[in-house]
Amino acid sequence: MALQQQIAEAFANSTPLSICGGASKQFLGNQVAGEPLSTAEHRGVINYQPDELVMTVRSGTPLQEIKEILQAQHQRLAFEPPSFGDAATIGGTFACGLSGPSRPWTGSARDSLLGCTIINGRGEQLHFGGEVIKNVAGYDASRLMVGAFGTLGLIMDVSFRVLPVPATEITLSFSMDAAQAVASVVSWSQKPLPITAAAWLDGELLIRLSGAQAAIRSAQLQLGGDISKQTEFWLQLREQQLGFFQTGKPLWRLSLPMAAAPLDTPGEQLIEWGGAQRWLLSGEKPQTIRQTALAAGGHATCFRNAQGGDIFTPLSKPMLALQQRLKKAFDPKGILNPGRIYTDL
Amino acid sequence: MTADPRFLSSLRTILGGGSLIEEQEELTAYECDGLSAHRTIPMLVALPGNVEQVQQILKLCYQHRVPVVARGAGTGLSGGAQPLENGLLLSLARFNRILDIDADNRCATVQPGVRNLAISEAVKPYGLYYAPDPSSQIACTIGGNVAENSGGVHCLKYGLTVHNVRKLRVICIDGEILTIGSDALDAPGYDLLALMNGSEGLLGIIVEVTVNLLPIPPTARVMLAAFDDAENAGKAVSGIISSGIIPAGLEMMDNLAIRAAEDFVHAGYPKDAAAILLCELDGTDEEVRHDIEKVEQILQLHHCTATRLSSNEEQRMQLWAGRKSAFPAVGRLAPDYYCMDGTIPRHRLPEVLRRINELSQQHELAIANVFHAGDGNLHPLILYDANIGDQLHRAERLGSKILQLCVEVGGTITGEHGVGSEKIDEMCIQFKPLELQQFHAIKAAFDQHGLLNPGKAVPELHRCAELGAMHVHNGELPFPELERF
Ligand SMILES: Cc1cc2nc3c(=O)[nH]c(=O)nc-3n(C[C@H](O)[C@H](O)[C@H](O)COP(=O)(O)OP(=O)(O)OC[C@H]3O[C@@H](n4cnc5c(N)ncnc54)[C@H](O)[C@@H]3O)c2cc1C
Repeated sequence: MALQQQIAEAFANSTPLSICGGASKQFLGNQVAGEPLSTAEHRGVINYQPDELVMTVRSGTPLQEIKEILQAQHQRLAFEPPSFGDAATIGGTFACGLSGPSRPWTGSARDSLLGCTIINGRGEQLHFGGEVIKNVAGYDASRLMVGAFGTLGLIMDVSFRVLPVPATEITLSFSMDAAQAVASVVSWSQKPLPITAAAWLDGELLIRLSGAQAAIRSAQLQLGGDISKQTEFWLQLREQQLGFFQTGKPLWRLSLPMAAAPLDTPGEQLIEWGGAQRWLLSGEKPQTIRQTALAAGGHATCFRNAQGGDIFTPLSKPMLALQQRLKKAFDPKGILNPGRIYTDL
Repeated sequence: MTADPRFLSSLRTILGGGSLIEEQEELTAYECDGLSAHRTIPMLVALPGNVEQVQQILKLCYQHRVPVVARGAGTGLSGGAQPLENGLLLSLARFNRILDIDADNRCATVQPGVRNLAISEAVKPYGLYYAPDPSSQIACTIGGNVAENSGGVHCLKYGLTVHNVRKLRVICIDGEILTIGSDALDAPGYDLLALMNGSEGLLGIIVEVTVNLLPIPPTARVMLAAFDDAENAGKAVSGIISSGIIPAGLEMMDNLAIRAAEDFVHAGYPKDAAAILLCELDGTDEEVRHDIEKVEQILQLHHCTATRLSSNEEQRMQLWAGRKSAFPAVGRLAPDYYCMDGTIPRHRLPEVLRRINELSQQHELAIANVFHAGDGNLHPLILYDANIGDQLHRAERLGSKILQLCVEVGGTITGEHGVGSEKIDEMCIQFKPLELQQFHAIKAAFDQHGLLNPGKAVPELHRCAELGAMHVHNGELPFPELERF
């Protein structure tokens, strides 16, 4: 049955739906009780013009397939999305809105998005944004879909910006403690250096430089450090395949101002995004961790192995009320992935 | 229109002396924004000086159901800040302080009335700048930039306003204050930050903006390339982008715009060229040198007739001066000009140029073309004289035809200037009724009674229905026997 018809019927019968692409990110957010709705069959590239740096694809297209098509033209997704498994689809990628190591330098998933076609909770097919970079006609409803976990609409197809693959990429390694690492990245980020990733783990700071050969060479001279041999590091970090992540402990993601001091919460830490994203393995009370994040000017998500309670940082009362109204505006009967982000949204 | 006395006296109490404009002569100063063909005298103008006053004003307007139109510097080109006769014009002009510069986190927190350029000037000592640079940057405010999701020459590489704003403080129509976004790179829940950018004052009043800052590139050089055929210039643009280089700016001007700009600021443009490209490359010295070589080859390949390269900052500024003053320069060619703002997929540029030219001839009005070519954003400037016959009307019709053309080739009716009151009819071409209905539902989630900038940005469905019927029948009105209102 066509996806639109399925949603229209669910609307008529007030049946909650649980939307699924490749099921690679089911672990994130609350479990949804609903009739399954799969985008897996809805796949294929609709338009790709390398010289426009734009691609439009159906939401069920596997992320891997898209990466390969882009690679063949020496292009790539600017936001380096994590797949978390071979089955990941592009629709799920945008719906979850996760971005990889380059996020602070080349932008987030939503920054890459240009437009999408969605089906809202009434079963209506709507198109927002487009294939052009500049577009301010109407509210920016397409970027609103990024990170909404399908709760505002089923993404049918997406248009996004792509970037040329940089000519050269190297990784520099520095041994230093967490505080030094944060301070170094903070100071380097204020200089025009071709940094595209920065992470600290176990006494080692790794910095990735991308761009023209000449620019990288001069940056390397400026920064010092040793050339790292860990060529797979950024991939393993992005996909959470590093040893750090192989544990049953709750994995917290703290999104913080990049210059925030290293956390003094008990638990192991991996600092990413030059300080703006910090992974914490800790059995501390969620309340304590959330408080720490808040005090540092950010928020905390229990990314994996949650032991009950909210996954995402709860919203203030007026903010929740507004978001509930917004949800209603797209999905009046609350049939699209109800409760996936917050139980009352 | 006169205000309800109870409303007026409460407003006076909130604002105190000197911050409320009630006199006709003074109100006239606010009758329009940059779209000066549309004018309305507001009922009142409020110039609050702090957030609490804005909260109280909105609460009061909410109680009395008085519509509110926000205004920054009033440089908007789509009538977004055009007042309402029965409404309060809320000027944010006094919110002009830079509150915090946080170099470590590469951001600055400013009040909405701070001018765009003032931010870059203030953070310059830290080696940082704010990237989006509308040509109006000496005058326009950051609040207006967010409300319009403004762009500029450097947005090709560094993104639009929406990509460069981290956090907002917004006051809702009921006076509630919300923090949208965060000091980190994201925030929990829906991405309302994306929604606020480009919301044209319809969802809330922005009272504080935290912008991202970038390190100033050590080198920036601009190359001017002349062409004796505008289509070749268009092809060169695609050639540069597809080569893997992302220029800091890539702009195009046609002959009429070149001549106007040259006569106005003497930037050294070749007045006989059919079109010029201005291509800025920035980064380290090595990078820039490398990119320049590559760009030059591409330009030659597309039959450029001459190139010139800035070799110092003064020359760079001079080459940009012509482009940045293109609007006022063209403004000297005719008593009035009408600036359009469509976007098209880049590869359709040669075809669209040709068709704009045909439309110009059909409507017997000259057009000077200025483009943010790198991102396909066109600014055809239609020259007319409002005092002659039906020229204004013809200019508007021609403008509308150009926007229809943009939609037809897969683009949009507005790339950066917004819909405002100006392009409200063209919204009916861009969007289907269900989509417009969804926009209205979004609006209602923020502003149930439709008090914030009502009548702008999103058309009522019946308006489109009437227009649509007219479009379909190509000027021949359907059911001519029926009365129209
Ligand atoms: C010569 C010239 C060149 C220009 N060049 C460019 C360009 O290169 N790129 C570009 O994008 N634009 C350009 N513009 C258009 C204009 O400058 C921008 O749209 C600018 O962002 C408007 O800012 P403003 O402060 O003047 O806003 P205003 O015109 O006062 O208002 C614009 C809209 O924002 C709303 N608004 C203003 N402040 C707030 C607030 N605090 N909270 C909520 N809503 C608010 C208003 O209600 C209105 O809808 C140009 C204009 C001129 C005259």
